[in-house]
Order: sequence, then C-alpha cells, then structure tokens
Amino acid sequence: MMKLRVLEEYVVKALMVLACLIVAGSLVGVVAVMLVKGLPVLRLKMLVQVSQGGSSLGQEGGILNAILGSLCLGLGGTLGAILLALPIVSFLQRDYGGRTLFGKFTRLALDVLWGIPSIVYGAFGFIIMLYLGIRASLLGGIIALTLVELPIMARGMDEVARLVPMELKEASYAVGSTRLEVTLKVTWRQCLPGFVTAVLLAFGRGIGDAASVLFTAGYSEFLPRSVMEPVASLPIAVYQQYLSPFPEVQQRAYVSATTLLVIVLLVSILSRLSAARFARHVVR
Amino acid sequence: MQTAEWPTDTELPTTSRAVRKLADRVATAGVYAAASFTILLVFAIGVALLAKAWPVLTGKPLARILFSSVWKPSRGEFGFYPFILGTLWVTVLAMAMSVPVSLLAAVCLAEYAGRRVRAVAKPLLDLLAGIPSVVIGLCGWLAVVPAVAALGERFGQYTTGLCVLSGAIVLAVMVFPVTISVCEEVLRSVPLQAREASMAVGATHWQTVKHVLLRAVYPGITAAVILGFSRAFGETMAVLMVVGNVPQAPHSLFDPAYPLPALVANSYGEVMSIPRTESALMLAALILMAVVLAFNLLARLVIRRIRSRVVVA
Repeated sequence: MMKLRVLEEYVVKALMVLACLIVAGSLVGVVAVMLVKGLPVLRLKMLVQVSQGGSSLGQEGGILNAILGSLCLGLGGTLGAILLALPIVSFLQRDYGGRTLFGKFTRLALDVLWGIPSIVYGAFGFIIMLYLGIRASLLGGIIALTLVELPIMARGMDEVARLVPMELKEASYAVGSTRLEVTLKVTWRQCLPGFVTAVLLAFGRGIGDAASVLFTAGYSEFLPRSVMEPVASLPIAVYQQYLSPFPEVQQRAYVSATTLLVIVLLVSILSRLSAARFARHVVR
Repeated sequence: MQTAEWPTDTELPTTSRAVRKLADRVATAGVYAAASFTILLVFAIGVALLAKAWPVLTGKPLARILFSSVWKPSRGEFGFYPFILGTLWVTVLAMAMSVPVSLLAAVCLAEYAGRRVRAVAKPLLDLLAGIPSVVIGLCGWLAVVPAVAALGERFGQYTTGLCVLSGAIVLAVMVFPVTISVCEEVLRSVPLQAREASMAVGATHWQTVKHVLLRAVYPGITAAVILGFSRAFGETMAVLMVVGNVPQAPHSLFDPAYPLPALVANSYGEVMSIPRTESALMLAALILMAVVLAFNLLARLVIRRIRSRVVVA
C-alpha cells in the first residue's frame, strides 16, 4: 500500500515535468523555428528597403514599409489606449466611482472587452470607418488597435492602481488637495512602474495583432505619409507573403515574422527593466 | 520609508483656489465620460454588428442559417454549419490537448516548484502569451503541418497537413498561458492549513493535491478551462494559416476545416461589393462575440465566487 502511494507520486511527478517541458518546449520551439528560418535569409538591406512590385509577386526589396507601418500603428494605438485608459483607471479608484455600481459595471465592461477576439474589433473598426467615410488607412488601423489595446492596458493599470494605500491619499486630502491633484501627484506617481509595464504589454500585443488591422489598415508598398493612406504592417506582411511561390517573397515573410518576434521580445524585456527603473518614484 | 522631502514654502501650490476647483471639476467630468465610454463601447459593438447582420438574420429562419451547409454568396445562401462545426472541432480538440498539460504544469508550478523556478516560469509564460499569433501560425505552418502530414501518412490517411489536428496543436500552445496562469492562481488561493491537515494524517503530496486541492478549486479550474476555450474560440490568424480553410464539415482529425474567424478574415477583401455577404460576415463576427462574451462572463462569475469564499493570505 505504502509503495503504491509512493509510486504514484513518482509517476505524477514525471508527468508534471513532462507537462512543463511541453510548455517550455513550445516556447523554445517557436523562437528556434523563427531564428532558423529567419536569420539565414536576413540581409541588412531587407530591413532598409521597401518592398517593390506587388506584395506577393515582387521579388525585389525589403520590409522597411512594414516595419515603419507597424511602429506607426503600434505607437498610434498605444497612444490612443493610454488617453482612454488613464481616466478610466482613475475613475475606478475609490476617490471617484470605483466602489459604486457604475464602477462595477465599468470593470465588467473592461472584462468583456478583454475577452472580445481581435477579429471582432477589426469588423467593428471597419463599420466605424464606413460610417465616418474613410478607407483602409493608418487612421483606421489606429482606431482598431486602440480598441484592442484598451482593455489589456486598463486592466493591467487597474491591478496596480488598486494597491495604492488609501492612507497615502488621505494624507494628501488632509492638507487640502483636490481629487485631481491626488490622482495626478499621488496615485499616478505611485503607480508609474505598473503603468509603464501595462503600456508596454499593450504595445506588444498591439504591434503583433493581425486580425484587427487586416481590413482597417490595408497594405501598402510605400512608407506611410499621411494618416489617411493605407499602411503596411509586419503581421499582414507575413500573412500575405508566406504562401508566395517565389522563395524571395517567402523569405521576406520569414524575416518579417522574425523581426516582429524580436520586437515583441525586446518590448517584453524592456518592460521588466523599466519597471525596476521607475520604481524609485514609489513611496514604500 | 518616506524619502521625499517636505516642500518648502516657496514650493507650495500658488494656483488660485478657483482654478484648482475648476480643474478638478473638468477632470471629474473627464473620468466619468471615459468610464461611460467603456460601457457604451460594449453595447456599440453589439448593436453595430447586429445592425449590419440584420438583413441576413431576417432573411431566413435562424435555424436554417446556423444548420445549413450551403455557402453560396452569389445566390444569397449563407449556411454557417460547416464553419461552426469547424470552429468546434478545432477548439474542442485544442482544449482536450491543452487542459491536461496545463493542469499538470500549473500543479507543478503552484505546489512542487521552488521560488526560483516560479520566478523564471512566470515571465516565460507571459512571453508565450505575448508572441503574435501570426508568428505562431507561421511556425505551425513550417513545423507542425509537415509533421502532421507525415503522421497522417502513417495512419494511411492522405492529408496535406493543413487540417483540424494542426489547427488544434497550434491553438493548444496559444491557450497554455491562459489556463496555466488561472489554474495556478486558484491553486495558490487555497490556504496552507488545508495542505497541512492532509499531510498531517500521512497523505503524500500528490494525494493532498488530488483529494484536497483539486477538489477545493474544482470550480476555478472549470473557469480556467472556459477562459481558455473563449480565447481559443476567437483566435484567428494562427489557426487560419494551418487549418486548410475548406468550407466543409470535417469528419476526421486529418480533414481540413474552416473556422468562423478565418472565414471573416479571409473573405472580407473579396466581398465588399456584395452587401449581403458583408452582412453574413458581420453575423459571423456577432456569433463569435456572443459566444465569447457568454463564456467570459460565466468564467468570471465562477472566479469571483471562489475569491469571495477563499481567504487569500
């Protein structure tokens, strides 16, 4: 009897290690496949040239249009999401409506928005664009990405903002601060490291999101010049080029995917480093 | 410790009281507006999709739209059956592969792993969650699809590898971070005393996990599975790249499928000229949103009930 129990323990432990290895292996596998396929065909000139002669036929050129387009989309979407997320998160504080029914519904709405698939945001963004009368463009992509990033950012920010001790704010209220002053000078300052992490997390998700920009941003072989023009992006470059019969074009898809992966990994590392750096503003 | 210095007299705010009050009023209006926007956005998305899907919804009875397999946009025939079935095949199979692995990994992280392993595992999980879906899809196309094709050949089934199984494998990887982190969180919410009581009467660690912990957090694990399911249900790009996209109801693991999100993503460009087709695609998006919304709310309800029941130390 004793032996059976101990045996069971060993078997389960082995299975657990196996499970962890599968999960870790899938992460390592994805990175490895991208490096193996992307790095050998990577030429520096690919990164500094725009693609030429049709996205799936052109055998010349590089992916500069997609890199810059993705950065514009990602930065625009992140900026939009920051402008919306900051007041929402401030509202969710106890100072405003955090404890009210209204506050509860706002949190619920954020949860719901968080779960909505990005393809649905793409479709909704497209409806907005039809309504406003704009075609597939940088602006359309930014609108869609703002919506995709908003719940990710707001939930991340809310998680840290909830931890601000009430005593800290009360000290400020006691000397006559208004709610705005407490929010700006106590809450935001206290949450700065967490906010930066949430912003970077949302940026990483936004720049890699393909389904929402597919019909809102379109594709272009040129560098973005105005917000009303269609713009290329790395995920869409991968999506349009990986099935190409021309090896040169296919390689461009691999390089695009590798570049995207590297950007996302860098942002992830950056968010860990920056969180530590901004922590010096926090009162403990 | 408080390290900031006290402001001296010259640094004290000199802005007049009226201006400060006005600024506060404006800011208050702003935060309430932003919160209202969040709630309105949910309704706006639902209403906009419903309005766009209305022509197709009212054209035929809902049952015929959902259970017909005829998809001929040019003739106004929109049967969602193959797409719904394709989505279900891929998603259910992905969850069947992902849940046991996730559960074991979560138990390992929450119960067995030391602090150092956990400190490494958490960022790595976040990293996996953050990998763009096109990148995972491309990896699936490069690595999983040929492997599945070879596997199909060994089982005597001809397949290109672009099939339900490939889609499910890719999805399973994407669901790992969601299910593992939720499972781990609920496992760790069980108070230490529950473990001590079990081990004090001589149970092994695994027996404790099996008889005490898993029983205590059973609803939480259900919630994790539901959350993972809803994530998988709406995932578009990664699945689209490996699943074959043939509008037929699949009959085996090695048959191609055409899930709903892939339908929306793939056919959008071609059909903007035909308003009825656009309407049908919006209906597909609406179905996705409705299912995901229902599942998410269900999962959150369960999680909230656990949080209120278990005291987290």
